Order: sequence, then C-alpha cells, then structure tokens
Amino acid sequence: MTGADVLLLALGAVAVGAGALVVATRHLVRAGLWLVVCLGALAGDYLVLTAELVAWVQVLIYVGAVVVLLLFAVMLTRAPIGPSDDLDRPGWAAALVGAGSGLGLAVLLIDAFRWSRVDLPAAGTAERLGEQLFRSWVLPFEVLSVLLLAALVGAIVLSRPDIGRRSTDTSAAQPADEGRRP
Amino acid sequence: MRPVIPYVTAALLFGLGVYGVLRRRNAVLVLMAVELMLNAVNLVLVTADTTVKAVLPHSGQVFALFVIVLAAAEIGVGLAIVLQLYRLRASVTVDDVPLDEPAPAVAVAPGGLPTPEAPGTEGAVR
Repeated sequence: MTGADVLLLALGAVAVGAGALVVATRHLVRAGLWLVVCLGALAGDYLVLTAELVAWVQVLIYVGAVVVLLLFAVMLTRAPIGPSDDLDRPGWAAALVGAGSGLGLAVLLIDAFRWSRVDLPAAGTAERLGEQLFRSWVLPFEVLSVLLLAALVGAIVLSRPDIGRRSTDTSAAQPADEGRRP
Repeated sequence: MRPVIPYVTAALLFGLGVYGVLRRRNAVLVLMAVELMLNAVNLVLVTADTTVKAVLPHSGQVFALFVIVLAAAEIGVGLAIVLQLYRLRASVTVDDVPLDEPAPAVAVAPGGLPTPEAPGTEGAVR
C-alpha cells in the first residue's frame, strides 16, 4: 500500500458514500449537494491517477455547470424544502438490479486485476492531451462541437413553446403543398 | 498504484446509478443518478489509461473528456424536457407521464386550424 493507494481508497470511499446518499436521501436539494461531494472526490481520484486535465475539466463542467443546472431545475420545479416522501417508488427490483450490476462488475474487475500493481504513466497534462486531441482525435472533436450546437438549439426549441407550435403549423402545411404540385 | 481500487469504486458507483434510475420517481433525481453512471464510466476510462498500454497514449483520458462533453449536452436537453414536462403537468413524477397520449392534443390549443383536420384535407387534395 503506497500513498497513492491510501488516497485512492479514501477518495473512493467518499465517492461511493456520497453517491449512496444521492440515491437514498429524502431531501431533493441535499441530493444535489451530495452529488457535488461525489463528483469532487472523483476529481481527486483523477488527480491521483495523474489525469490532471480531466480532473480540472470535471471540476469546471460537472461541479461548476451540471450541478448548478440540476439545482436550478430543482428550484424551478418548486421542490419542497423539507423531506418529501414521494421521491421513491417501492420495490426490491431496483435494489436487486442495482446491487447485481454493481457487485457483478466489481467481482469481474477484481477477478481480472487481483492485487496487481502498475506504475503510474506520464501525467495527462493539457499539453499532452491537447496534442492527442488535435492530432489523432480531431474528427470526433469536431463532431462533438456539432453535437453541442444541436443540443443547444434543441434545448431552446424545447423550452420555447411558441417555436414548437409554429413548426407544427408549417409541417402541417408542407404536405398539402406537396400534394398540390402533382 | 493498485488499479483494482478505482475499478471497484467505479463498479459500485455504476450500481448505485442503476439503483437510482430505477428507484427514483422525481425526474431531476433520475438525471442525477444518470450522472453517477456516466462518472463511473469516466473513472473506468481514466483508470484504464494507466493499466492498458494503448497505441495512442492517453486515449482513455481523451475519451473521458468526450464523455464529459456528452454528459453536458445530455443534461441540457434533459433539463429542458423536464422543465417542459413541469410546465405542462405541474409535476415531474416520471410514473405519471402518459406514454400513449395522442400528439395532436397539444397542437389544437393555439386556435388555428385543428390538427386532426390536416390529414383529412391532405387526403382530399390527393
């Protein structure tokens, strides 16, 4: 057990504990705040695994943007401040499937790696990752930018009911025009 | 560094995410559980970057970056859908969403041509 192992164990325990609270707490807002703890512990895991750029992107995008968006959604849907009883549906099926997939994957990975040890590779700094990103992975990178644009436009169209209404009118009018032409 | 520690962490986080998606009724909490699953995948990718010697160095971390971007797009569209659902039904309970509602019911409201007539006129023109 080296220092990195101890850090990974501690951060992993924090991440799993906070993740369990995210899916188990009865306070809506606290679920979002426990998600911050879980994602922060994972960012620490990435740092220990020498993925510096991924760790900071995780802090920026997940903790900074995604969780804030989720908390906005919690507030915009008029979530109650206190504990709410109707957050969960009853049933052991969810626990069975969740524990089955989680423990099954854990057993699979433990069987694959045992207690082996590897040396940490060169750190994934922004320079090295950017070199890979813009040399070998340029096409997926550009496709992702198109996907982000599509998601942006889609979110705007979804949240503006008047845009959707106009588009249904035009789509209803277009087939009639096509029918008249022949 | 023992790679089994972050791998097991990721497996347990993925199980927790599956449990949350199946158990929660609130749509925002379902999205939070989806985020847990995506982060478990990211942890596997970053850990695999240290254990697997790939042809291209740091492929796992590049893929983790891609997954983070995909998750940001997913959460944006997902929250737009959730807020629209709340505007229509004043509740975000995923159990109460009717899956077999006829789509024209929403389009009739503005007061123009009722949508059910559109297929009829189209058929008459043809």
